[in-house]
Amino acid sequence: MPAAENPAAPRLEANLRLDRGDFRLEASLDARLSGVTAVFGPSGCGKTTLLRAIAGLEREARGRIAFDGTVWQDDRTFIPTRERRAGLVFQDARLFSHLTVRGNILYGHRRTPADERIFQPETVIRLMALEPLLGRRVSSLSGGERQRVSFARAVLATPRLLLMDEPLASLDQDRKEEILPFIERLAGELAIPTLYVSHEIDEVVRLASDLVLVSDGRVVASGPIEEVSNRFDLRSYAGRLDAGSIIRMRVAGHDEETGITRFAFAGGEVIGPRVDLPEGAAINLRVRSRDVAIALDRPGRTSILNVLPGRVVEIGPNDGPQAHVLLDVGTALWARIMRRSVNELELRPGRPVYALIKAVAVDRRSLGRPTAMDLSLEERDAAPPDGRR
Amino acid sequence: MPFDFEPLWLSIELAAITVAILLAVGTPIAWWLARTRSRLRVAVEAVVALPLVLPPTVLGFYLLLMLGPGGPLGGLLLSVTGSSLTFSFEGLVFASTIYSLPFVVQPVQGAFEAVGRGPLEAAFALRARAFDAFFTVVVPMARRGFITGGVLGFAHTLGEFGVVLMVGGNIPGETRLISIAVFEHVETLNYPAAHALSATLLGFCFLVLLTVYAVNRRFPVHAGR
Repeated sequence: MPAAENPAAPRLEANLRLDRGDFRLEASLDARLSGVTAVFGPSGCGKTTLLRAIAGLEREARGRIAFDGTVWQDDRTFIPTRERRAGLVFQDARLFSHLTVRGNILYGHRRTPADERIFQPETVIRLMALEPLLGRRVSSLSGGERQRVSFARAVLATPRLLLMDEPLASLDQDRKEEILPFIERLAGELAIPTLYVSHEIDEVVRLASDLVLVSDGRVVASGPIEEVSNRFDLRSYAGRLDAGSIIRMRVAGHDEETGITRFAFAGGEVIGPRVDLPEGAAINLRVRSRDVAIALDRPGRTSILNVLPGRVVEIGPNDGPQAHVLLDVGTALWARIMRRSVNELELRPGRPVYALIKAVAVDRRSLGRPTAMDLSLEERDAAPPDGRR
Repeated sequence: MPFDFEPLWLSIELAAITVAILLAVGTPIAWWLARTRSRLRVAVEAVVALPLVLPPTVLGFYLLLMLGPGGPLGGLLLSVTGSSLTFSFEGLVFASTIYSLPFVVQPVQGAFEAVGRGPLEAAFALRARAFDAFFTVVVPMARRGFITGGVLGFAHTLGEFGVVLMVGGNIPGETRLISIAVFEHVETLNYPAAHALSATLLGFCFLVLLTVYAVNRRFPVHAGR
């Protein structure tokens, strides 16, 4: 369930202003947080500044911030960073170079009163697979190892909210793949609501259940990822999001023989290449709009495996010879077709159509696993987390 | 012929006390300079750097005027304690602190700037209070600056001559430092005595630096953060 629809999830309200000459942040956010909420937008749009203001690191920021019923900042109050209990993970890890891995991990833990501690160091160390590194100096760590240390360090100070500022930005693609499961474990197994700043759509699709869209220092929209990413009025802000639709699905079953997986969603099922997830696991699936074709009749013999009945909702404004067509197939689905086809098929809002999705469009890179839901199924090397859950 | 090593020990004592005071006084100045966006910063930086460029005799002259019985500080001290600071060991400590200030403040400031805000913010998010974060994160990460500053401050104080001559004079056991003693031995053509003092100082300084660099090497050089 996306955090936006979960009444038990803690609520973050932020109304912030920050003027810095050439840059102005004027952000207003009211969101329930559970699992991973991505703060998405182009570089320089102010998402990092927003995150830092929430952490209490931007003292010039004016306005109000409240989290889970506690006012962190308003006209009279300014709760300092150390008392906000917001764990921070920086793009550059910011480990303490004079301490060992163990010293880094325990820095916040030692400063956390015993009765507030929720996580035990052994649990977090196991979860982040850090045992072999404990005695090492941080200068000898790889980029991925550094981030795992910084995750563990932040978590052991028992944060009520994790703030991550592009933690994968300095890693190459292989290292990112390596680190992503660890981030999923934090938000999932440890159940810490996480705000995740990123401008990488792949990370967002893979991790997030909810989305905060930031542009030009303003929060343009926030809500469940599916809803926000498919709103037509947001397409210019979403930037690279508009390459496709994000649809939340569950693994319905596997067919080992043909190497495919069936995914179920509100409008039926689609077929894609086999993924290594148990039945029932939830994923975000991205369908590129250029991989969606439209037919008026259900096609007969075709190589296209996914044929979804639906109707046209909206036809986007001219985009050269191409048109963006929003379909309702039980969920929002964007198709990019030639404008000439729009005319020939006489497409208009309300018209019943069939959406054709090439199964191969459901590739590994477009798959994302949201947090919290499926992680309970993935017990692998993890011991039961202590407390809270 | 028995040599009088008192000037050597007096110099070392002076240098050690001066460095201790400078670390205590210079660190907050260096921190402020590394962090402030105030317009006063450039002025303060210039004042701190003055002893680098002023001839020691000029600095000594003004310190003499200030510390003497007729000077503002000396007069005040005279009325409170019954003695001014000129021609006393305490006066030398004061003068040396001024004289060696930039040699401690500048390396420490540079180290603070190199550490930057990042680790401090990380420490705050890990619930550290300001002083806690400063002493457990910033100072250890800036330790090279402190070592450099301490060594430079010590060496510079050990080698001072002009300021000492102006403020301290040449009172055995009180203000007769090694540089003064060597100068006097040479003037009186007592080369063996000059040699004894000079060679001992040379050896001592070499040993100190050797130890510092050897200890410093044990901490690996950290690339970036």
